[in-house]
Amino acid sequence: MFKRSTTPFMRARLRSYPVWFALPLGAVFIVLYVLPTATSFYYAMMRWSLFGTDYVGFDNYKLFFDDPFLVGGLRNTLVYAGITSGAKVVIGLLLGVLLTSSVRFRGILRNIVFFPVLVSTIAVGLTFQTLMKPDVGLIDQALKFFGIQDAQLLGNPATALYAVAAVDIWKGIGLATVIYIAGMAAIPTEYYEAAKVDGASSWHGFRFVTLPLLRPATNTVIILSLIGGLRSFDLIWSMTGGGPGFASDVIASLIYKNYQSGFYGLSTAGNVIMFIAIAVIIFPLSRFLTKREVAQ
Amino acid sequence: MKFGVSRRRIAAVAAGVLSLSASIVGAAPAQAATTLTWLVDDGEQTLAVANAEIAAFQKRNPTIKVVLHKRIATDANAVMTKLAAGNMEDIFSYNTGSLFQALNPAKTIVDLTKEPFMKDVSASFKPAVKAGGKVYGVPYGPAMGGGIMYNRKVFAKLGLQVPTTWAQFMANNAKLKAAGIPAVIGSYGEPWTAQVMLLADFYNVQAAVPNFAAQYTAGKANYQFTSAATAGFQHLSDIYDGGYLQKNYSTTMFIDALNMLANGDGAQYPMSLFALAYMPKEKVQDIGVFAVPGQNAKNNGMTVWLSNGVYINAKSKQVAAAKKFLAFLVSKAGTDAFTKSQGYQGPYFTAKQSPAPATVLPAIADMTKYFKAGKTAAALEFVSPLKGPNLPNICVAVGTGQISAVVGAMQYDDDVRKQAQQLGLSGW
Repeated sequence: MFKRSTTPFMRARLRSYPVWFALPLGAVFIVLYVLPTATSFYYAMMRWSLFGTDYVGFDNYKLFFDDPFLVGGLRNTLVYAGITSGAKVVIGLLLGVLLTSSVRFRGILRNIVFFPVLVSTIAVGLTFQTLMKPDVGLIDQALKFFGIQDAQLLGNPATALYAVAAVDIWKGIGLATVIYIAGMAAIPTEYYEAAKVDGASSWHGFRFVTLPLLRPATNTVIILSLIGGLRSFDLIWSMTGGGPGFASDVIASLIYKNYQSGFYGLSTAGNVIMFIAIAVIIFPLSRFLTKREVAQ
Repeated sequence: MKFGVSRRRIAAVAAGVLSLSASIVGAAPAQAATTLTWLVDDGEQTLAVANAEIAAFQKRNPTIKVVLHKRIATDANAVMTKLAAGNMEDIFSYNTGSLFQALNPAKTIVDLTKEPFMKDVSASFKPAVKAGGKVYGVPYGPAMGGGIMYNRKVFAKLGLQVPTTWAQFMANNAKLKAAGIPAVIGSYGEPWTAQVMLLADFYNVQAAVPNFAAQYTAGKANYQFTSAATAGFQHLSDIYDGGYLQKNYSTTMFIDALNMLANGDGAQYPMSLFALAYMPKEKVQDIGVFAVPGQNAKNNGMTVWLSNGVYINAKSKQVAAAKKFLAFLVSKAGTDAFTKSQGYQGPYFTAKQSPAPATVLPAIADMTKYFKAGKTAAALEFVSPLKGPNLPNICVAVGTGQISAVVGAMQYDDDVRKQAQQLGLSGW
């Protein structure tokens, strides 16, 4: 009945059809994320406090870089991000393999592994702070039982950051595991059967079938956990407040301390620096990992 | 009828709605009550005395209701954030001195200079809440001396004398350590407690360098090159190096430290005397206090903190009622309510107050001795707007041996410089 099945106008409308689904969330994203990020570049150039706003150019950035605690904070941030990310990749992978095999109570185990992800970070922080308290905390008492007297997990400047990192790993491992489980489910079983026919052991199956095909999942876990680790704030703040002294301070808590003192412009400048620093680390890494993914 | 409701039913419903609205209107109170909101920190004793004041006030002013809102005691940025965002309560309690200056009172707080009740406020208090020649707050609570609280029973048992020089203090500590008692209690689990000893040392600083506060504010004197000032950090190092702290000094909290002192599990604890209200009532008689000793036994004096202030939010819609409440706080009834709740802790900064009781706590008597001898000085935060926000954590870093006293002084000077630049002070 019609000369052509679709007119150009109809085709344009059909093409733009998916955009309408993305529009509501896109609007939220722009208002709540893009706009504040853009305005933060503006506010970072102002001396902004309860006393008003004055333009000071790049003075805030200079002041932030002059901060005597910045070097320690940067070091702690990189160490924290590296440890938590690495542990989540390795342990998440092992748990993912375990929880896709035919182990008993697989469903319950998956729930147990994932449950910490759902709990409020502050609640976790305060709970573990109490558990690690010397003499009265359960973790400290357990350590005493195994012969480690006077553990001072959070009170010792040398161990405070690592204690918090351990709690972060416990809390975030569920998410990594879930991503790996999804990745493993996507691997067709024919590959394993083919490998077995060729005489491969289960270790060979893991090394030459599972691992390479899990690369997208691994990359996702690396990127997500690294970003999270670099930005981490709530857990560190609720467990140690950056202490003792400045031993467990990270970039985010340094920025927060500036905000607490009412130096809003300086704190915004710190946020801009953190944003740029994380982008500089993540974008090249993401490109590198994705290239390897495509190449294989 | 197919559609619609019968007229009888409509009439019934209408009558019901009318009578309901009439009863609601009829139930409205004859006199509308004003409600004030008051922001206080969530310390147990702070809440107790605030509730006592409210109860006493509402007895005299039944038409004004005061509702307490709480903020975390150790996190002062709630006050700054609320003022910046414009959702502060009608009235709020906060520090006086440099912390008050940082709130930009000219824009955020109601000016009280010409209020009739301000003539009942002591002249010595007004500078602490003054900005640009105007007075913005009323005093709340007594002056608080800061020094080293000690357990008198422990001292008596070991035959120790109250030290008047730092060397004597360290000699006492050695004797305590030999007897197996932690000489000084450290509560670095709450960083704000770590700075008290350094701040309470200010009497000695201004005794050695009388114009330090003015020079410091102008950017011409600092901690690292003024040995009397670096001494504050050195004291923290000395205590750590001597091994005079108790076992879990890094994670001990404020209340735990007070309990340790009360029970004699530790001999001394540098703290301000407001802490007496938090100690077990049956043991607080055992506590005494002495000023932080300096180099000179003959000029030994106590650093004093002026009381906190109560302020009215400039954006409040109940300013008249709020002023009534502030007037009550500085009246005799207001200070009596404070004493009844917290015990007598020293004179208030008001003209009309009940006389001191015949017997006071030994710690309060110790503090009064310094007042009587004229050997007191206001803490630095009342004579200078500068107090670096990182001081608590720097003190913890020095007190736990992570950095030396000199490095701590350097870091604090950098911190103060940052604050001075952010506040736009000249000369920096």
